[in-house]
Amino acid sequence: MNRFIWPLLAFVALLVLLAVGLSLNPRDVPSPLVGKPAPQFSLPLLQAPEQTFSPSEMRGKVWLLNVWASWCVTCRQEHPLLVDMAKKQTVPLIGLNYKEVRGDGSIDLAKLPPGSEKRQVIERAGAWLAQHGNPYTLSVLDIDGRVGIDYGVYGVPETYLIDKEGIIRLKHTGPITAEIVSGKLLPMIADLSK
Amino acid sequence: MSRLLLILFLALLVCSGPSVRAGEAAPLVADEATEKRLVAISSELRCLVCQNESLAGSQADLANDLRREIRSLIKAGKSDSEIMSFMVERYGDFVRYRPPLKGSTLLLWFGPAVLLVIVLLTLLRYLRQRERTIAAQAMTASEQQQATALLRDTDPRQGTS
Repeated sequence: MNRFIWPLLAFVALLVLLAVGLSLNPRDVPSPLVGKPAPQFSLPLLQAPEQTFSPSEMRGKVWLLNVWASWCVTCRQEHPLLVDMAKKQTVPLIGLNYKEVRGDGSIDLAKLPPGSEKRQVIERAGAWLAQHGNPYTLSVLDIDGRVGIDYGVYGVPETYLIDKEGIIRLKHTGPITAEIVSGKLLPMIADLSK
Repeated sequence: MSRLLLILFLALLVCSGPSVRAGEAAPLVADEATEKRLVAISSELRCLVCQNESLAGSQADLANDLRREIRSLIKAGKSDSEIMSFMVERYGDFVRYRPPLKGSTLLLWFGPAVLLVIVLLTLLRYLRQRERTIAAQAMTASEQQQATALLRDTDPRQGTS
């Protein structure tokens, strides 16, 4: 009996290790930005491109930054949740429209008439929000994805929770789900809003 | 025979089709030193979109953006370690193929070696124990006699008795 107990235990340990490994999400890379100040930027607004928005304007408020694009399929999946949150007016939700035109694999940037990218970005992003509903307090345009790099964006959609001092408290990569909203986002927002 | 060769030749032609039709290689970039450094740095970095590809080898959109970013950092006169920390600040240690040695990565660096030592020690202990058991179960004189008799009986050179 004793002869078999150790190989069996080793086997069970291996099984547990592999099961844990399989259940982990490889896209869930811990972000080094959590606990650090949200990178500053100044980007044009979708609704009023001659104006700009900067995260410093949100000082003293708990807010969400959501990275989205009309070509992003999983954004559609999480969109109803965002619309729902916006209706309840939980916290300001700022949209970061990420590489609206050049991120779309079906568009060859080199073939676009020069200088037309920004106009196309505004048209496409605006049309998408008109169709699916606009949960954003405002959306800013990250046309070339440069601000996305500062925020470590690597898979749209991504959502950041930023506190009153402008510190990133949570980063979620991929579509948010109802469980994440009720289990993580709302409790954290309530805690940070105190 | 010649027919077989022809078929082989045709098959080869079909297989090499796409590369025959592919465009010419892009001309070498003007600044060769920058490109060399770019390749050296980006080979050390992981593309976060296709996690098993390096930033140098990936054709993902983000990899293109990041290579462009690294190129402009090189042109701005940043050192290799400055560029590395630029990437780590944004994407974490995971972006490096060789993570730094620190508390949270100790298991990653030494885990396999520790595991090997444990396995070797276990094996050694098992072998010693087995040796001891064999030595402890030495045959008695009568058993020895029985064994020799059996061996003699079945030895073909002795013939059947």
